Amino acid sequence: MSAKVLDALKASHGSAIESLETQHGDEIAWIKRDQLLAVATWLKDNPAMAFDAPVFSTCIDRLDWKPVDVPPGPPVYPASAPWTDDGTKARFEVVWQLRSTLHRHRLRLKCAVPEHDARVPSLATLWPAFNWQERETFDMYGIKFDGHPDLRRIYLYEEFVGYPLRKDYPKEKRQPLVRRDDLPINPIKTETGGH
Amino acid sequence: MGVEITTTRLENAASWAKQSKLDRATNWGRKFSLFTYPFVTACCGMEFMSVAGPKYDIARFGAEFPRFSPRQSDLLMIVGTITEKQGPALKRVFDQMAEPKWVIAFGVCASTGGFYQNYHAMPGADQVIPVDVFIPGCPPRPEQVLDALIMLMDRIQSGRGHSQLRTKREQLIAEAATNE
Repeated sequence: MSAKVLDALKASHGSAIESLETQHGDEIAWIKRDQLLAVATWLKDNPAMAFDAPVFSTCIDRLDWKPVDVPPGPPVYPASAPWTDDGTKARFEVVWQLRSTLHRHRLRLKCAVPEHDARVPSLATLWPAFNWQERETFDMYGIKFDGHPDLRRIYLYEEFVGYPLRKDYPKEKRQPLVRRDDLPINPIKTETGGH
Repeated sequence: MGVEITTTRLENAASWAKQSKLDRATNWGRKFSLFTYPFVTACCGMEFMSVAGPKYDIARFGAEFPRFSPRQSDLLMIVGTITEKQGPALKRVFDQMAEPKWVIAFGVCASTGGFYQNYHAMPGADQVIPVDVFIPGCPPRPEQVLDALIMLMDRIQSGRGHSQLRTKREQLIAEAATNE
């Protein structure tokens, strides 16, 4: 049903599309980063598209990611993956899932983001419900959303260093805010030399 | 302050065990009228409600009355996971309670962090405040909670709660200073 959406998208914004795919009945469109905002605006405003319901927004860290059944060795990225804008392999996929309550069709937008330049245009100005979701993505993955109205950490505290859902964050590393003074090992004291 | 809270180094064990009749009477009163502050952060709260409900009935031990202000309560029940972000809030709640005060860590998350071993969960509420009784279980059975409460009552009666020991220690240090 919503293959129509992909066809319409290809017809109107063919140059902005990296690739199109279908997964478990969901249509996915990889969009070039610099044209994402134009495509999203068109998806929202065009009466034939009318994507009025944002579903979720998140990010995937592809560090060391391998497809199933691949022999051990250096990480292999799928040949079909539409990386990326500057020749290096992109590490992150930022994902937005959209739905139209009017036409009852769905579309997932994806954007490949390299590690050294982790920024994408924000869609929170088009769909305000993405505001907190993009803040969470920033909080956990460190993706900078250009044009976001209020890009701050949402779950963690400002003192937190790093981004915990990145695959290279040490999975047991804690960053305590407060500890008892009489603890045998007080990590705050050992790190800062008292406070 | 420089006063160690640990109870292992006792200069004079006899003077610690000594309780006047007034102490005994006061502690007897204290142990049967615990006012609970429920610091409920997670799913263990459901089990805490069933302890407070009529079937298990924590009222039999005089601890049924939750005060939702730390200033009016003397038993802090930490029910559920404590995150690193909550640490300062927990410490502040504890600091606002009037002496003497007792703390129960309810469930493995509050006791040790439970199955969380990651960036956000604190490995036990005793990283921030002194805890008197730990209750294991995920969540604990209500019987375990009552058992812990009886254990705490024994401890209050004999003056072995953390805050009682701290007060006693400060008294002894002050006495020693005046004797010199």
